Amino acid sequence: MLFGKEELVFDLPENEAPIRLMAECDVEKPDFKAYYGEDRVRHLPLNLPNLSEPQVARHYTNMSARNFGNDNGPYLLGSCTMKYNPKLHEKLASLAGFTSTHPYQADETVQGNLQLYYELEKQLCDVCGMDAFTFQPAAGAHGELTGIMLIKAYHEDHGHPERNIMLIPDSAHGTNPASAVMAGFKVVEVASAENGQVDIEDMRSKIEKHRDQLAGLMLTNPNTLGIFEEQVDAMTTMVHDAGGLIYYDGANINAILMQVRPGDMGFDVVHLNVHKSFSTPHGGGGPGAGPVGVKECLVPYLPKPRVLKKDDKYALEYNLPKSIGKVRAFTGSFLVCLKTYCYILGNGAEGLKNASEGAVANANYIFRRIKDRFKVPHDNPVMHEFVISGDWQKEKGCSTMDMAKRMIDYGMHPPTVYFPLIVHEAMMFEPTETETKENLDLVADTMLKIADEVENNPEVVQSAPHNTPVGRPDEVKAAREPILKYPEK
Amino acid sequence: MTGFVPMSLEQRQKMLETVGLTREQLFAHIPDNLKLKQTEFEGLNKEGISEMEIELKLMDLAAKNANSCEYDSYLGAGLYDHFSPYLPSYLIQRSEFLTAYTPYQPEISQGTLRATFEWQTYMCRLTGMDLVNASMYDGASAAAEAALMAFREKRKAKKVWISAGLNPEYIDTIKTYLHAGGFEYEVGELNADGTACGTYPEAEGYAAFFIQSPNFYGQLEDLDSFVEAAHAQKALATAVMDPLALTMLATPGDKGVDIVVGEAQPLGVPVSFGGPALGYMGCTEKLMRKMPGRIVGRTEDKDGNDVYVLTLQAREQHIRRDRATSNICTSQQLIATLSNIHMALMGRDGLLEAAEQSAAKAIYLQKKLIETGLFKAKYEGPFFREFALVPQGFDLNELNHKLLDKKIIGGLVLEENGEQNWLLAVTEKKTKAKLDRFVEAVVELAK
Repeated sequence: MLFGKEELVFDLPENEAPIRLMAECDVEKPDFKAYYGEDRVRHLPLNLPNLSEPQVARHYTNMSARNFGNDNGPYLLGSCTMKYNPKLHEKLASLAGFTSTHPYQADETVQGNLQLYYELEKQLCDVCGMDAFTFQPAAGAHGELTGIMLIKAYHEDHGHPERNIMLIPDSAHGTNPASAVMAGFKVVEVASAENGQVDIEDMRSKIEKHRDQLAGLMLTNPNTLGIFEEQVDAMTTMVHDAGGLIYYDGANINAILMQVRPGDMGFDVVHLNVHKSFSTPHGGGGPGAGPVGVKECLVPYLPKPRVLKKDDKYALEYNLPKSIGKVRAFTGSFLVCLKTYCYILGNGAEGLKNASEGAVANANYIFRRIKDRFKVPHDNPVMHEFVISGDWQKEKGCSTMDMAKRMIDYGMHPPTVYFPLIVHEAMMFEPTETETKENLDLVADTMLKIADEVENNPEVVQSAPHNTPVGRPDEVKAAREPILKYPEK
Repeated sequence: MTGFVPMSLEQRQKMLETVGLTREQLFAHIPDNLKLKQTEFEGLNKEGISEMEIELKLMDLAAKNANSCEYDSYLGAGLYDHFSPYLPSYLIQRSEFLTAYTPYQPEISQGTLRATFEWQTYMCRLTGMDLVNASMYDGASAAAEAALMAFREKRKAKKVWISAGLNPEYIDTIKTYLHAGGFEYEVGELNADGTACGTYPEAEGYAAFFIQSPNFYGQLEDLDSFVEAAHAQKALATAVMDPLALTMLATPGDKGVDIVVGEAQPLGVPVSFGGPALGYMGCTEKLMRKMPGRIVGRTEDKDGNDVYVLTLQAREQHIRRDRATSNICTSQQLIATLSNIHMALMGRDGLLEAAEQSAAKAIYLQKKLIETGLFKAKYEGPFFREFALVPQGFDLNELNHKLLDKKIIGGLVLEENGEQNWLLAVTEKKTKAKLDRFVEAVVELAK
């Protein structure tokens, strides 16, 4: 049951009683209008509500209840790796010894922070088979952009600024081509083969065609269909032989943690989404962190500063003449990296390996339980996620979106829908390793039940969800007549 | 090993057998030569440690830092140690906010979506802009994205002009993005008065002019002449602004700025060694569809209920791929919610009081330090909560080092052209007694 009115903070009644949050000002306040001058002071009325603490506490508590979080139930979003977020990490990330430190403090006064970054770098190097990491990127897509900026810097430094072609499979995340364009590359798409893996002959011909301009390849493995690219070795060799470098999109690394490492598959640069693979909470859309790992050949180009250890002391090193510079201010999303560090400490190599095995086992279990009732686009062994098509149900009048909304009625967050783009009516499930067998069965049973409903009672699917505070929104109206803020009263 | 995988290996095997699989088969299709054989590592423990040990280890690391609760710190330079009441940080720990994904399913994400819509509204009202997006990674990357956005609007232009008054971290970030994207930039030089006034290019061909106010040295820029100069050359007027300062100072919206970006960290977000931060970006309605990042809008369901949704998604990478406005798909959602609740609780009176106290105390401290005769003001103009001083015959690094013994973290030392400057930031958290003690310590130690 939901409590509270459907209202925004701007609808709440104004509080006229004083609230005392800060001490009285004990220095003289100047006449600010005179001090700054008429042209420089604010003239627009400061139209922000004054509220009391009880009003604010209730308003946001009731607001939060309109959300479905990972702690509420199964969260099947594919490619998002919605695993459990350990709560101790939240407490540790709120210690004043971390939150009240400034990145410009002298190195000697932030040895704890620098040690954490340094040790996390070593951990991630071991996890990925890489030689160094930067923590500057603020999210996965930011890490992607940084990673391929490093590839660009490498080619420029080696006298090959003309190498500007980036190969990207058609199954790739949308961020890959978007990042490539931002980094000044031209995108050449590589087709997928019948089996859902990259068409290696198509790749070979595209490499031949663009051999002298080839900058590199962006690849995720397992790919977005949840399928391991079994010919990855041959692909990385082909790209290297043509003078290109290879970027690993780490979005799906939860499938292979401590089983296969990007560095051992021939990748030169990798980004990680720590909110996916390393359990930092997603927060409804951030804050993330997108650490980027590189092989030795790319170390000189890493953003600055880097954390180095000199004579048992940790230090921020800014003197990196070949660095690409900065992709954001300061050192990175420190508190998010802190939670990553805690997660890896708690798991160790064996725990991470168990996590990836659990993720793959759970995806396979649901897949096998439901696969006869849905169209399966590619019959391959699946990894941590799998993709099915809603084509059969669509013919009966229920789209993938309808089925996704119906899943909400059964108490679970739907899978990723309509992605990857190369599968019609796609539904991409990623249960992660942190679900119990009972929950996996709940998901499988629900999908079978919905498949039945499509046959016997399609209206109930088409009109879902039925138990949510609001129904399906008119998204066309939202885009055509945008209302992006609360109107002024 | 921590207990986040609620299934033993035996249970897993049993479960798999029911669908005709075994554990051994799960990775059998991966070529054997690629599989990891190594079991001992340099940086990674073989086995995990317990929750108890993790806590002790992190407490130990925290204790190795000097923090601004125990130390009296004057560092700012883009991140400011403002007061934040407890309630907002308490509320964002609610796991419905904390553990939700990006709100792709609006029917079960109205919490996140409403909070974002509120934040956009707060930021619009502070800045006076037509719209503000759902937040950016940080102020510096928001500035870089603003430059790319300007090139989308001014298709013929190939360069931007950047005031030297921008935070150097922001300038460096813009440079990195523009170099990668194949664009050019020029960085101007400040006037003797420490502002960019009158230093603007007098030629066309720029997609945008960038200014920061208060600038890196704390000086306020003249936005009227800046906007006029940018528009005269058909460039977008882009300003980096501190949203807390805007409770007192003229808004970019009123001054005709086209794009405003900055760091909303002063609105209730801890300094946290620089991250997570809270970038923001606002613009005029004309530029709406050129904007990067998530945006939340209001629409309705079939029963006429208000529903909040991610909107204007035709700009974004998951639809546009290589023609997207940006690759961005993450905002700083939880941090924006923290800041949203902070603003709700502080209210207009509390935010204005925090800003006024910061300014009043900064003005007080600057005056006191100059009265010691040990410093001269680098610039004479009015400032908000940060100012630069020039030491008269002593070394600032040495002074900062000695101050640490008195549990004081001094200002940032800027070394430029063989001259040292001391950049000091003051917030409402300082008391007069603390500031007086700081001045005494400086007098004692600056020898």
